[in-house]
Amino acid sequence: MAFVKLSSPHAQGARRTSQVMQWVILATLPGLLAQTLFFGWGNLINVVFCVALAVAAEALILKLRGKPVGFYLNDYSAVVTGLLLGLALPPLAPWWIPVVAVFTAVVLAKQLYGGLGSNPFNPAMVGYALVLISFPVAMTTNWAAPEGLTAAPGFLETLSIIFAGQQVAPDTFTMATPLDVYKHEISASLASDVRQLPMFGDWVARGWEWVNLAFLAGGLLLLWLKIITWHIPVSMLGALAFMSLLFGWNPDLYTPLSLHLLAGATMLGAFFIATDPVSAATSRIGKLWYGAGIGVLIYLIRTWGSYPDAVAFAVLLMNFAVPFIDYYTQPRTYGHSKARRGAPGKNG
Amino acid sequence: MTEYLLILVSTILVNNFVLVQFLGLCPFMGVSNKLETAMGMSLATTFVLTLAAVCSYLVYTYLLEPLALTYLRTIAFILVIAVVVQFTEMVIRKTSPLLYRVLGIFLPLITTNCAVLGVALLNLNRDNNFIESILYGLGAAAGFSLVLVFFAAMRERIAVADVPVAFRGAAIGLVTAGLMSLAFMGFTGLVRV
Repeated sequence: MAFVKLSSPHAQGARRTSQVMQWVILATLPGLLAQTLFFGWGNLINVVFCVALAVAAEALILKLRGKPVGFYLNDYSAVVTGLLLGLALPPLAPWWIPVVAVFTAVVLAKQLYGGLGSNPFNPAMVGYALVLISFPVAMTTNWAAPEGLTAAPGFLETLSIIFAGQQVAPDTFTMATPLDVYKHEISASLASDVRQLPMFGDWVARGWEWVNLAFLAGGLLLLWLKIITWHIPVSMLGALAFMSLLFGWNPDLYTPLSLHLLAGATMLGAFFIATDPVSAATSRIGKLWYGAGIGVLIYLIRTWGSYPDAVAFAVLLMNFAVPFIDYYTQPRTYGHSKARRGAPGKNG
Repeated sequence: MTEYLLILVSTILVNNFVLVQFLGLCPFMGVSNKLETAMGMSLATTFVLTLAAVCSYLVYTYLLEPLALTYLRTIAFILVIAVVVQFTEMVIRKTSPLLYRVLGIFLPLITTNCAVLGVALLNLNRDNNFIESILYGLGAAAGFSLVLVFFAAMRERIAVADVPVAFRGAAIGLVTAGLMSLAFMGFTGLVRV
């Protein structure tokens, strides 16, 4: 549906929406595996919980609107929304955070606009941004520490932290994220000292580097299957790298490029969130602008703003600009002269 | 130089007049149904806002303060704004009759756009000097234009979506504005004023 509605040649792909969504789900599995290995059971529990909630919320709204529930659930888009939220939310966040996030995402950001194909904002990121603004403490203090740094909670203990409200003292299982730590520590000390902190490990950032590389691998699979095109990830990562080299070349003052690329939600954002076919720009030039905008905004907010990571806000801000970008980057349709400033041509 | 840049960043993004300070919502909801109209409106508002910021600063500094009449500032500013809007209306009527017809009632209604009076009064609150006042007005206008134009493009798309009947029109428009405001929260802390 989403693919037929917006871009003009209306070429039909060989895959149905449900198959595309299933491939996306498969491609996130390496990342999920890496998260579970390095950050404990929290992410896996979150993902299952969020997917179940998302499907339930979608079914409820479809029922209320009198639409065929089974038909729309079969496109797997609710599963993907839930999955992305589960991957993005802090692993040890209490259960009501996923509930608020998922219902905002599915009901407010997606079904209120008419369901898949019409939502102007990425549903998962709307849910994420809403809980980040509303519950900043719960959202920033519940990131599990990477494996080996602190005692890791077992499966049952993780369940009781998430669902039964078992209190966790700070720094027993949880830790601030490396982007956050680097930004605060660097104002007082030198890069070589900050690097000595155990959370940065030997290479970039303990655990985080593998999670990001796993998402990169999943993203490359999607690229190879031609489910996403290269434009958005390349322009987004390129813009982020460009900004980082231009302004933040000195690691004693600013977060270095390696942390920008491998320590936050960058890879998940570049390959799985920004490339959402409904809320992203559609034409090739439009996609380049859209991706570059996300990259620049991520750098601006991470470096000078108050939030340590910025993928959700950057994606939402560029989603807001997408209809405008699409309007001015309409490709030439076959058999017509080049479109002028988005106005329909003489023949059209 | 940096502080001038900060004023612009602050008024366009961080303290956006529409999405963060919630000023000027009437034209934001009223003229955002079509992209072309929204562009005309944003140009007219930019002109009025900047000019009104300058004029109100001059009137306050060289007329009200020397005469010790500062308590009349609100009413004086409304008068100044009305004059500027009337002037803009005459210009648009002669230069672009089409735009004049399309904008219709919303053109004289710029007078009552709270963002215009808001800029004039906030300039006083912040003790802005002449150049800062101009930049503050220009930044406010640029921020208003930016979100108005993007919002209009988005509403054209929402207009053809299968929105539940109870939410069509202004309702989904306000929901969208709320979500946009949520996204603009991401700029918090970019400028510390």
